[in-house]
Amino acid sequence: MTDEAQAFLSVRDLKVHFPTDDGLVRAVDGLSFELSRGRTLGIVGESGSGKSVTSLAVMGLHGVGQYGRGRARISGEIRLAGQELTTAAPDEVRRLRGREMAMIFQDPLSSLHPYYTVGAQISEAYRVHHPVGKAAARARAVELLGRVGIPRPDRRFDDHPHQFSGGMRQRVMIAMALVNNPDLLIADEPTTALDVTVQAQILDLIRDLQREFGSAVIVITHDLGVVAELADDILVMYAGRCVERGPAERVFRAPQHPYTWGLLGSMPRLDRERGARLTPVRGAPPSLINVPSGCAFHPRCPYAELTAGASRTAVPELREVARRHFAACHLPVADRDRIWEAGR
Amino acid sequence: MTTATEPLLRATGLVKHFPLAKGLLRRAHGAVQAVDGVDLDVWPGETLGLVGESGCGKSTLGRLLTRLLEPTGGSVEFAGRDITHLGTAAMRPLRRDVQMIFQDPYSSLNPRHTVGTIVGAPYRLQGVKPTGGTRRAVQELLELVGLNPEHYNRYPHEFSGGQRQRIGIARALALKPRLVVADEPVSALDVSIQAQVVNLLADLQSGLGLTYVIIAHDLSVIRHVSDRVAVMYLGRVVELADQSALYAHPAHPYTRALLSAVPVPDPTRRHHRDRILLTGDVPSPIAPPPGCRFHTRCWKATDLCATQEPPLRELRPGQRVACHFPEGVEVSKE
Amino acid sequence: MSAYLLRRLAAVVVMLLVVTLVTFGIFFLVPKLTGGDPAALFAGRQADPAAIAGIRKKLGLDAPVIVQYARFIWGLVAGRDYADGADVTHCAAPCFGYSFKTEQPVWPLLTDRFPVTFSLAIGACVLWLAVGVATGVLSALRRGSLWDRAAMTAALAGVSLPIYFTGMLALAVFTYKLHWLTVGYVPFTQNPLAWARGLLLPWIVLAFLYAAMYARLTRATMLEILGEDYIRTARAKGLAEPVVIRRHALRAAMTPVLTILGLDLGALVGGAILTETTFSLQGLGQAAVRAISDQDLPVILGVTMVAAFFVIVANLVVDLLYAVVDPRVRLA
Repeated sequence: MTDEAQAFLSVRDLKVHFPTDDGLVRAVDGLSFELSRGRTLGIVGESGSGKSVTSLAVMGLHGVGQYGRGRARISGEIRLAGQELTTAAPDEVRRLRGREMAMIFQDPLSSLHPYYTVGAQISEAYRVHHPVGKAAARARAVELLGRVGIPRPDRRFDDHPHQFSGGMRQRVMIAMALVNNPDLLIADEPTTALDVTVQAQILDLIRDLQREFGSAVIVITHDLGVVAELADDILVMYAGRCVERGPAERVFRAPQHPYTWGLLGSMPRLDRERGARLTPVRGAPPSLINVPSGCAFHPRCPYAELTAGASRTAVPELREVARRHFAACHLPVADRDRIWEAGR
Repeated sequence: MTTATEPLLRATGLVKHFPLAKGLLRRAHGAVQAVDGVDLDVWPGETLGLVGESGCGKSTLGRLLTRLLEPTGGSVEFAGRDITHLGTAAMRPLRRDVQMIFQDPYSSLNPRHTVGTIVGAPYRLQGVKPTGGTRRAVQELLELVGLNPEHYNRYPHEFSGGQRQRIGIARALALKPRLVVADEPVSALDVSIQAQVVNLLADLQSGLGLTYVIIAHDLSVIRHVSDRVAVMYLGRVVELADQSALYAHPAHPYTRALLSAVPVPDPTRRHHRDRILLTGDVPSPIAPPPGCRFHTRCWKATDLCATQEPPLRELRPGQRVACHFPEGVEVSKE
Repeated sequence: MSAYLLRRLAAVVVMLLVVTLVTFGIFFLVPKLTGGDPAALFAGRQADPAAIAGIRKKLGLDAPVIVQYARFIWGLVAGRDYADGADVTHCAAPCFGYSFKTEQPVWPLLTDRFPVTFSLAIGACVLWLAVGVATGVLSALRRGSLWDRAAMTAALAGVSLPIYFTGMLALAVFTYKLHWLTVGYVPFTQNPLAWARGLLLPWIVLAFLYAAMYARLTRATMLEILGEDYIRTARAKGLAEPVVIRRHALRAAMTPVLTILGLDLGALVGGAILTETTFSLQGLGQAAVRAISDQDLPVILGVTMVAAFFVIVANLVVDLLYAVVDPRVRLA
């Protein structure tokens, strides 16, 4: 993560709250990060951690089409190329969507309109932002379909989404997202719905395209393997907050937050000896209406007792533990290093 | 694994085709060949992992093994008894011995029933009176799977995903089955919860002497839970081997490609690993390729592969593979 | 698409044949079983047995049932002659026979009455689709607003009030009290404006019931579709919200509306009969009601067949529209 001056996308103290009948859902509660062009940020978290809500907030998609109750309350700063988005007019943000920032979603089948050809859907994305005729938009769409590896793109242009396989559909989504050369690409669980061999193809494609287009990329996933494949920097979210953030290699080599340890310990891995048992995180993710006091992770943290009660009372601040590596934990850094090394 | 002379479950030449209707008169027109000739033994006390990509037939195979589906061909034997074509009534006593756990902990529990009713349902259906009464038996089961027995009267929506999967497991265990077939038991769960359920399944196996068939698409999970692993591709088992052998030296090119495609949570190894990128998609199970079904995507395929189907044969003790040119075996150049 | 079309057309022909068989069976065979004699009905009350026998011969009622049915179908396709010795009456195709009551051929009666019912049904249908769908969409977009609550309350009233009540009420207010609108049928070809004016009140009354149902259906469908992933994708492209609604949400919402429309077109004929009676319009419904009370079998048969034909064709149109809206239907 670079200095804020150079950052292409900068998010400061972002809060996204949803009023509901049961109370206020604090889906994102004070999140900050920066991202520059050509870099990939992986946002990792489990369901309900706020990672998808964050991406929709950056895209300005929370208020759209919402009327009255249930509408998101957004505060904080989201700056894209210096422009503040949270206070911008909705129509201004709309014009940036698809052109400056584009998004790939988890399930390509449900994310494509079943009634329109894939060509029509990609052309449409191009024509919203470019005053060109049908033929020019078609040419551009065919070009992109070819670029993302769809064979015979000029013929597949007129096919409907259901005529494609899952992997090919996700390629269509990627073509649609890249049709306007966006500077920011957000991929929300881009390979979760795909088989592992197809996932490998799509991850390769995303990596190649980023090198070629030089965009800033945010990859949102629950899969630590996927972020390890793609991300330069990693941001771990828990209960709407960032608990750890840093260069990917450092976060994997010397993670600084007990929750990150928990995630790493609970996944079986092919690159290690098979251990007898996994070490799961105890308990379940908290409700976002009644987020635990202090450190939201403390009820599940095996080391909460070592903080002399601080984890229960005070929200830990994100502190730099090594260069560009931040963690929000009350445990003394020395203790953390010791615990991590012992657990390896 | 205990050494037994008789497999608990034996599938021989198992086939399941789903006919398709097409055309003006909606006549049967081809079939989805979901499972197409599978031989499999499950030994008492072991965990057999079934792994493969979507559409490979692993879920259908699971439903054939538990006889939730009736096979189109071949046979299923449970504890030496042929159960291939038993009707619902004849299957009922067997349902005590064979249970299934499903993927989705949200839709497989009736939202209108309390946990007590759900977990106690097998007793009512089978007309069994557990010693000490149903309520006590259910509470013991809840405790066994790590739930609070006091939550007997709660409804499924009051539980988290991981807890709901535990309810599903408790229900499956009510009648003390010998074989449990679990179809993607952890894939709907969060990472931190997955590990809890995986550990629970392991504890229950050693505590109750269960035999498992675990179906999953996640190769890391399968490696962790299985003693032996069967890899499926387009309705066939292409490799069947001891877990350690399969992961250490996969013999089928498809197995190798699958393993190499799994993203490794280690960014330093990102750039130097020999990943095999398969091209294209899995062919349609309606018209699978002739010969070896994998030949259309295999980098080693020859004319032989396109014409002749390789049988599943023993490569070395504890490793069987259906390939003309298995990995790690030098073939003399012709 | 063409294979789909062929399959649908073949189904239509089969269905029409079944309709002729069933109606023929009910109207010509059932009276025979219960002892009624069509020839006696035709001849009137004071006819002597010789006259009845002549009529029976002339109408061909003395032939075997199969022959009668074959002649009936042939008459529909190519016309037929009713002969009693040298006395030959030619009935041109499509021949539905002669009214027992008026001794007039049935077909001209049907062609005379059909435009009235057709105008009533189509006008009401267009009106209810326009009003119902528009109301439903607006309610969905402004969920929970005053508009939404008012529209849904009105819709509830619309669903629960019977046609003769709303019809009488409308007549009392708009025609007798305010003298704004009179009801009456003027052929479209003669004066389109007068045609619309004369049918406006029946249209509104008939459409009110259906518009209410369609508003509720459209609202529920739209709410569901607005939560779909592909709507999020459309917004993520930077499309303006009206475009998202029109091009992406509305097209998807049309599928369930069309499905229900296909089912309702059958019931519409029943609704049209009630409406015609309420407004004294000389349509098929009125003709049917009178024919039933007169036991005028050929007219009942004719009306039934025309109504069945209308429903079948309308359903074909709906199915084709369905295939146009959802490519998965024709490409499957």
